[in-house]
Amino acid sequence: MLIGVMALATLSFLFASLLVLAHRKLHVDEDPRIDAAYQMLPRTNCGACGYPGCLGLAEAMIDGSALPGKCTVINEDEREFIAEFLGVDVGAEEKVVARLACAGGTNVARNRARYEGLQSCRAAALVAGGGKACFWGCLGLADCEEVCDVDAIVMNKHELPVVIEDACTACGDCVDACPKDLFSLHEQSHRLWVACKNLEKGDAALEECEVACDACGKCAVDAPNGVITMINNLPVVDYSRKHNVKHAIDRCPTGAIVWFDAKQGPQTGRAAPKVIRQRARNVTAT
Amino acid sequence: MMLNIVPKDSFQNGVHPPEHKDETSHLAIRRFAFAPQLIVPLSQHLGKPAIAVVREGQEVVRGQTIGEPDGFMSVAMHAPASGVVKRIALAPSISGTMVPSVYLQPFPASSQEVDDGEPCDVATATPDEIITAIQQAGVVGLGGAAFPTHVKLKPPDGKQLDTLIINGVECEPYLTTDHRVMLEQSADIFMGVRYLLRVTGAAEVIIAIEANKRDAERKLTKACPPDLPLSIRVCPVKYPQGAEKLVIKSLLGREIPSGGLPADVNAICVNVATTAEIGRLLPKGRGIQERVITIGGPGIQRKGNYRIPIGTTVRFALKETGAADNVSRVFLGGPMMGPAVSNLDIPITKGTSGITVFTTAETIEATGHKTVYPCIHCARCVEACPLFLNPSYLGLLAKSEEYMQMAEEFHLMDCFECGACSYVCPSHIPLVQYFRLAKKMVRKLNVPA
Repeated sequence: MLIGVMALATLSFLFASLLVLAHRKLHVDEDPRIDAAYQMLPRTNCGACGYPGCLGLAEAMIDGSALPGKCTVINEDEREFIAEFLGVDVGAEEKVVARLACAGGTNVARNRARYEGLQSCRAAALVAGGGKACFWGCLGLADCEEVCDVDAIVMNKHELPVVIEDACTACGDCVDACPKDLFSLHEQSHRLWVACKNLEKGDAALEECEVACDACGKCAVDAPNGVITMINNLPVVDYSRKHNVKHAIDRCPTGAIVWFDAKQGPQTGRAAPKVIRQRARNVTAT
Repeated sequence: MMLNIVPKDSFQNGVHPPEHKDETSHLAIRRFAFAPQLIVPLSQHLGKPAIAVVREGQEVVRGQTIGEPDGFMSVAMHAPASGVVKRIALAPSISGTMVPSVYLQPFPASSQEVDDGEPCDVATATPDEIITAIQQAGVVGLGGAAFPTHVKLKPPDGKQLDTLIINGVECEPYLTTDHRVMLEQSADIFMGVRYLLRVTGAAEVIIAIEANKRDAERKLTKACPPDLPLSIRVCPVKYPQGAEKLVIKSLLGREIPSGGLPADVNAICVNVATTAEIGRLLPKGRGIQERVITIGGPGIQRKGNYRIPIGTTVRFALKETGAADNVSRVFLGGPMMGPAVSNLDIPITKGTSGITVFTTAETIEATGHKTVYPCIHCARCVEACPLFLNPSYLGLLAKSEEYMQMAEEFHLMDCFECGACSYVCPSHIPLVQYFRLAKKMVRKLNVPA
């Protein structure tokens, strides 16, 4: 009995001293500011800053490789608060938002089949691409609305997702979710935007959707040299050039190229037809 | 638990949907008219698309090669008619994507004769020469999967094949193409078997037939040349008896390991129509420019088995066979596994085994009053699944988007989407659609971005 107690006591003393030694020798000094900064970040780990979660950004801010402005989720005051706490600049990081490259709501885009089944775009896209006449168009079953954690996407009455730019954190979840790859992340200053992915041209495109790009190329002619080029029957805006050219959309005959106004949202050009139809177009199996 | 007695030459579980084969099985194969425009996709098979070797405005002869294979996982394409290449552009496909295709306008007055190419003689050609000839003939699995046949015939290194199974089971409702091919092209089938035997080095050939095609069994038994090591086995009627894994399991008692190939159990399974095409084309050095399909279903007036040029649009096929006005659903293939069509302008490809058309009446009967109810764990799907998966639990996991768990713990990737679980589900849960989506997501997650 006594031997047992003695042996266990010796053992426990030995292990305890080992632990003490390890604690002294292997101690890592962690900057207490990392945790403090982490607490000030939203801690949603959305990844929009490009770092692995909020802790990653906190560490990067402490070692000086990032500025508080990287976080687009918190508001201006909160960013300034972190900057003041760390004694650094806020850093002007431009807000990035998700943009949808489709304007074909049910009132303008034609369906050639009625889809019945799982109410999910990703499932519908596997059934012969869904019922929409345009193979590139939005299926309108709101997978993006569902995956958006910050409620920045709402479906409008024509079953087309609308991005609320103030709420969008550019986390990229909708980019992953969309089976037609219609979402992409863009700086808010990218106001010139092609809201169509239809690779067909002329009447073939317009037959599928009233607001499709028919590849007439007028926008590419009107924009200053090289800002817009026609690639694969679609205008492609070169955002590395000076792209602040609203007049490029004016002669677009369908309204496929739009101008994202800060207050009023996407604006079509003067030549674009005003769509007044509100109800959905009929399903016509042509 | 129901006592499950496995009948001879069959597998456990499975379902018995109405066959509807009597409507077309007695109708001889007829030649289909040439459509005013044929659309030949350059990718009608699994693997890399063929490379177009014609240009816009060029005149082609029926049977001429218009696409060369791009690498080993690819096959050649041939002109389905003598005519002029109007354009090479995107065309809709059954998978819902736009694929590069050759738009061909046949000459209306042409006699549409096929030019013979360089023949491949079964007696003298080496196995490698036959494999190249099969690739150049553009042969793919005509049962529906459209997997390049020459790839299948070349087993992975170190695998020896001892049994060749010619699959004439055709368990899908409404389809009777393999049935008619067995009745009318027995000589071609046996010629094809000779080629396949030479390539694979198999010692034994089994032709598998389902019990509802006894006339085909009699015909083949009578016509069989005595020098072939061939036997004809009849499987009981059950869906999905025709699946490759299940034919091998039923006839040889060998189970293909999860994620494995038939070569892992030293067997190879080739569709009977594919075999007939090999036997018909290779001695003349031709390529596939047409195939046999069944056009049937309640929405069709002139049902039948047709030898139809590749590239005919579904719209033209339906017009010629007198589709009803109230057509509601069109499937390429049969109703169990055939993909639904969303666009009538898609062309018939090498993988299309039939067109099944339903009208509004059947659609309302089938889905009109059926809301989806929650899973009640009745386990009917478990008793139906021929691969012993648990569709019930997989369905619940799919609903909560646990895709990786489905793949890693519940063998999702083994599912070949036969539809038996959805067919028996009393809650009308679209299980197969869940699984198709889940498989797609797992493939996406497994590919590093």
